[in-house]
Amino acid sequence: MSALQETITGETPVEATPKKYIALGNYASVVVVLLLIVAPLFMKNFHIFQMTMVLIYAIAVLALNILTGGSGQFSLGQSAFYAVGAYTSAILMETFGVNYAVTLPIAGLICFAFGFAFGQPALRLSGIYLALATFALATAMPQLLKLGYFEHWTGGVQGLVITKPDAPFGLPLSQDMWLYYFTLVISMVIYVFSVNLLKSRSGRAMMAIRDNEIAASAMGVDVALYKTLAFGISAGITGVAGGLGAIAVQFVAPDSYTIQLAIALFLGMVVGGVGWLPGSIAGAAFIVFVPNMAESVSKGLSGAVFGLILIAIIFLLPHGARQIAYTVQHWFNKLVHR
Amino acid sequence: MDLLTNQILAGIATGAIYACMALAVVMIYQAIDHLNFAQGEMAMFSTFIAWQLMQWGLPYWWAFIATLALSFAGGVIIERLLFKPLANAPVLTNVAGFIALFAIINSVAGLTWDFTIKQFPSPFGSSPFLGSQLISTHQAGMIGVTLVLLLLLYLFFQFTRVGLAMRAAATLPESARLVGINTSWMVALGWGMAAAIGSIAGMLIAPVVFLEPNMMGGVLIYGFAAAVLGGLSSPFGAVVGGFLVGVFENLAGTYIPEVGNELKLPIALALIITVLVIKPNGLFGRAIVKRV
Repeated sequence: MSALQETITGETPVEATPKKYIALGNYASVVVVLLLIVAPLFMKNFHIFQMTMVLIYAIAVLALNILTGGSGQFSLGQSAFYAVGAYTSAILMETFGVNYAVTLPIAGLICFAFGFAFGQPALRLSGIYLALATFALATAMPQLLKLGYFEHWTGGVQGLVITKPDAPFGLPLSQDMWLYYFTLVISMVIYVFSVNLLKSRSGRAMMAIRDNEIAASAMGVDVALYKTLAFGISAGITGVAGGLGAIAVQFVAPDSYTIQLAIALFLGMVVGGVGWLPGSIAGAAFIVFVPNMAESVSKGLSGAVFGLILIAIIFLLPHGARQIAYTVQHWFNKLVHR
Repeated sequence: MDLLTNQILAGIATGAIYACMALAVVMIYQAIDHLNFAQGEMAMFSTFIAWQLMQWGLPYWWAFIATLALSFAGGVIIERLLFKPLANAPVLTNVAGFIALFAIINSVAGLTWDFTIKQFPSPFGSSPFLGSQLISTHQAGMIGVTLVLLLLLYLFFQFTRVGLAMRAAATLPESARLVGINTSWMVALGWGMAAAIGSIAGMLIAPVVFLEPNMMGGVLIYGFAAAVLGGLSSPFGAVVGGFLVGVFENLAGTYIPEVGNELKLPIALALIITVLVIKPNGLFGRAIVKRV
């Protein structure tokens, strides 16, 4: 049961650094951000949509990373929080006519409350047991969304259709393009928030719990509070991603938020590198593009191709994209300091 | 009253399947401390092999034995090829490995045998058991096989040298290695046995749910639930957990009006989480005390 915590610790975890400045990242991240800003100018609308989905999943993977990489808790139920966020946005927009941008913080807050509440009973569970509990949440969610009681709001099995927002202020941008930049801004805000969260006092408390719960509590860390807080924050961020996802796809339905989504987010985290926040975007790219790639290699065996790619990654890069980044950085330093 | 007895018996019968899956889950969990997410797909693949052998004209019991042997070998090979190299990798990497295995097996089975639903014969027949209307012979057979399996495992772990070595390798690998036990092969053996037990579960449930590549999805979840409920360190607990989950699932589906078929699974899982919150190591699991 402690195996999970031990191994997460074993693989160069997030460093606990004191908060001296607001972290904005280094040159590499500036390059990545510039690429993200410029790239869509040369793309077709469909590819811009795919890039938007990458950013949205990156937010969700980031949220899982805060939970697992930060506080050492393991969740297979992120799809449930994503669904709550998506439905919150969808219902507010379609039933109440709320502006799409305003629905996102509301979705985040509702999911925060939801995650915080779920974190309470989950406190007593760890490792595999927590995985099963969150898994149960993920399997229950599509069924709950289909229930007759809520059909008036959720549209039942059929789901809800959402109108795509136009670019504001008469900006000469296509809907896809506008939504992409809108998502990009939000994901950057969330990224900066997350990096600083992990560097803050609360972040260090979470990491102390991850590394050794008993020692942390002996040092006066309120274990229960920080564990539930980690669940709440992770759920809240996932909720924002869910809301954005609903707006981008223009549709919510119970079967879009099954356990498969939760597994995809989990794979995104592993492929990106557990506890390494920039890896979230690499992980998100993996879950958006690799299934398509596998499909194009062989229709009948797409699952097998996907599985083999995944195995290749975990064998060659057990620490995910973070490993590539470290290697590149190492070469770069050598080159510069020669 | 008849309905109640009937539902409880039917629950015990499906519980037998969950118990088999849970036994397989516990075998691997004991060996490598991970839940095998691909266990259900492995069992499904084994069942397809049995079906194929029977299509080629082998009688049921010969196909049964051949499938056990092939599954055992398959389990050992998967461990050697895929999970031995990952033995020291982080838990989450291992989970990703299980998911990859799941995708591969599911896809290969789908391509080889396609997704149409196939009949699978029952060795026990489907007539009422001993003339009673409450339970069919196949259901009685499922319960019987599970209990025999549990007894065999008990005898194996309690009274054979290999069983003792496996238990030693699972509890204290370093010390086991010092007394000359090949712990690495004990893990492979655990995988082989788990694959064989899983194949029995698959062959028992195939006559009920019919044979197709996605047949084990739900069963595996119940198997996990049963194993966790009973305590992941106890094969006996896994079997009891299986029967409990089966009975509870059936009763909830019958007597709670809103539940029906759709919500059976969430309700069963909710119950299990409730149990776990009260008793975090499962009903029969050992509490682990940690030192700092």
